[in-house]
Amino acid sequence: MQRINSLFRMVPVWLVYMGGMLPAGVLFYQGLSGALGAEPIKALEHEYGELALQLLVATLAITPLRRLLGLNLMRFRRAIGLLCFFYVSCHLLVWLVLDVQLLGQILADILKRPYITIGMAGFVLMLPLALTSNGISVRRLGARWRLLHRLTYPAAFLGALHYVMLAKGFQLEPLIYMGAILLLLALRLPSVAWPKLA
Amino acid sequence: LAGLGGTAARAATEEALEPNSWEDVTTYCNFYEFGTGKGDPAAYAGQMTTEPWSVEIDGLVERPGSYSMAQILDAMTLEDRIYRFRCVEAWSMVVPWQGFELSDLLNLAGVQDGAKYVAFETLYRPSEMPGTAYNVLDWPYREGLRLDEAQHPLTIMATGIFGKPLPNQNGAPLRLVVPWKYGFKSIKSIVRITLTDQQPQTSWNMANAREYGFYSNVNPTVDHPRWSQASERRIGGGLFARREPTLMFNGYEKDVAALYQGMDLAENF
Repeated sequence: MQRINSLFRMVPVWLVYMGGMLPAGVLFYQGLSGALGAEPIKALEHEYGELALQLLVATLAITPLRRLLGLNLMRFRRAIGLLCFFYVSCHLLVWLVLDVQLLGQILADILKRPYITIGMAGFVLMLPLALTSNGISVRRLGARWRLLHRLTYPAAFLGALHYVMLAKGFQLEPLIYMGAILLLLALRLPSVAWPKLA
Repeated sequence: LAGLGGTAARAATEEALEPNSWEDVTTYCNFYEFGTGKGDPAAYAGQMTTEPWSVEIDGLVERPGSYSMAQILDAMTLEDRIYRFRCVEAWSMVVPWQGFELSDLLNLAGVQDGAKYVAFETLYRPSEMPGTAYNVLDWPYREGLRLDEAQHPLTIMATGIFGKPLPNQNGAPLRLVVPWKYGFKSIKSIVRITLTDQQPQTSWNMANAREYGFYSNVNPTVDHPRWSQASERRIGGGLFARREPTLMFNGYEKDVAALYQGMDLAENF
């Protein structure tokens, strides 16, 4: 594990930001060029949303990975969290600008449709997290910063719930994300004294 | 379009409908037996055996039995119908179908007096249908119509699109097309047609009765609980396609509204 950790130490954080944002551009280009199929708007919306969920799982996995396996990825946690917020924002923008288009219907959807209300609530919870994901905020907020960033947990749950609720029929994929997120949240319960595996 | 019946001709020619591309129609499909992704049917439906094929027509009919595709095609005259196709998910297409009126097929079997509904079933063959490994729906896929809806001249059984045989992902070799209802009513790859005196069970209604009614007529004033049905997006318009208003009965109001006279369409959604 020491060797893996020192390998990861050689990866500069800016590379994670660059590499993480790359798919956003590639997907948008694919949407323009027709590579996302006959209905690129829904496809792009779905791809961005799914990337956000994957990054959500990744940020939540960092602490358990260190505690259970001794794998230290803490240096990348802020980058992964901010990338997650970036993809949630892309997902929301595609929905607002390309998908629904009409302001009246956007507002009606947010209020009337529970899965959209829940998705929006998750986004709103993430806003203060993204805004305080910088060194200055960490220093200024001190102990309150850690408390504030526990908002990650309800935000993650809402994100997974949003996906479960929009599925048509009984579908496996949203439930897998929900299961992974619930497991990663359960690992944080104070009553769970997890042994170190490595 | 020479063979069109009166009402159908009116509906089809009122505004010249520009069909979607072959690519749009054959790559963007819902056929959950092959997976829930829009591209899954095009990717996996090729393995479905469609020859030989026969349709069991039973229930309240004079001549129940197994009708082979050859038998059916021998007795029917194919014609072109260009219809709007509106999915319950709020996207739409225009599809140039070839087929025959369902009422002609029902007459082939002879409808008994007591029949009030028609029930349909899709092929259920797990070895050729990877999507059925998951209980997304209670297989086999089932649909149903009221007899007068089934006998309406706009209701067809399609065997082709764009002048070619139906690709498997579009419901080969024989599918229903009911242009004024949401797309899931237009059941694909039909192996059984049953005339009954009771409203049949239908798959999406069984899965979620609050969201999918038996009638499922296209209606911009009755929203799906999770999204608005007031507008739709035509497939094929690219990343910046505008939404268009959805038409009552998908634009076939003049032809079919009489079927539902006096009915509360919000109640019977």
